[in-house]
Amino acid sequence: MEFLTFGKYTWYVWSSVILSFVVLGANVWMARRLLRSRMETARRRLAAEEV
Amino acid sequence: MFAFIHKLGSPPHFWRLSGTMVPWFSWFAVVLIAVGTVGGLWVAPPDYQQLDAFRIIYFHVPSAWLSQFGYVVMAAAAAVGLIWRIKLAHAVAAACAPIGASFTVVALATGSIWGKPMWGTWWVWDARLTSTLVLLFLYFGYMALRAAIDDENRADRASALLAIIGVINIPIIKYSVEWWNTLHQPATISKIGKPSMDPEMLVPLLVMWLGFTFFFFAVLMVRTRAELIARERNKKWLREVIGRG
Repeated sequence: MEFLTFGKYTWYVWSSVILSFVVLGANVWMARRLLRSRMETARRRLAAEEV
Repeated sequence: MFAFIHKLGSPPHFWRLSGTMVPWFSWFAVVLIAVGTVGGLWVAPPDYQQLDAFRIIYFHVPSAWLSQFGYVVMAAAAAVGLIWRIKLAHAVAAACAPIGASFTVVALATGSIWGKPMWGTWWVWDARLTSTLVLLFLYFGYMALRAAIDDENRADRASALLAIIGVINIPIIKYSVEWWNTLHQPATISKIGKPSMDPEMLVPLLVMWLGFTFFFFAVLMVRTRAELIARERNKKWLREVIGRG
């Protein structure tokens, strides 16, 4: 597990890494959620018009 | 040339093109970011002065790059939308803002985390840090302005003006370390001509930079598609796309 430590800077390095990956993941999640919800709304609207 | 721009500016064409490109860009981003992370954290040697703390550069610099690049893309798209009235351009500009803002937060936070052990403080009102904070407020202002105006065309025009005016902050951020006496170090990547980094350290940084750029365009295309659904909801092509599922 020594490869996971960066001397006295371990906390600083890992907090930057984790923060970056959380934001990368959040960007993907939010973009996909937005697209899915807009798609769903448009689909419902289309279905309501056809009725 | 104009025929190409008009074809690219056509929402159905963009929809088809982005549908093909998003998976490719996403996979390029995943591979490059994974390779860059391993290279930056475990392959690159420690810096002779900063030791392992310098490894934060592999996350700080690509985020700072995207925070500024995202704004330039947003302002350029807003200008295209304003001048040539291409609606897709306004959709692209609107999609850029949240992505750019999130990477500005990462750039500020990782810079602050890096600053604590190196400068002895989390924050200083230094020209580079302050101008980057102004960039974050410009993103917030852009998003707030869009949200505050109900009429889509008016929101597009007003937010485009703000994006274009705000682009003046980009050269200020870039040259802040040269124009003013700052704690922040000068540019690293733009010194490739006379290398300020060892290739073992530079290559993972360039890989991360490329990975983050592919990531930006992948997320931008997904968000632009979502914008198009809201904007083109009454158009025949979109109804066919939605109908097909």
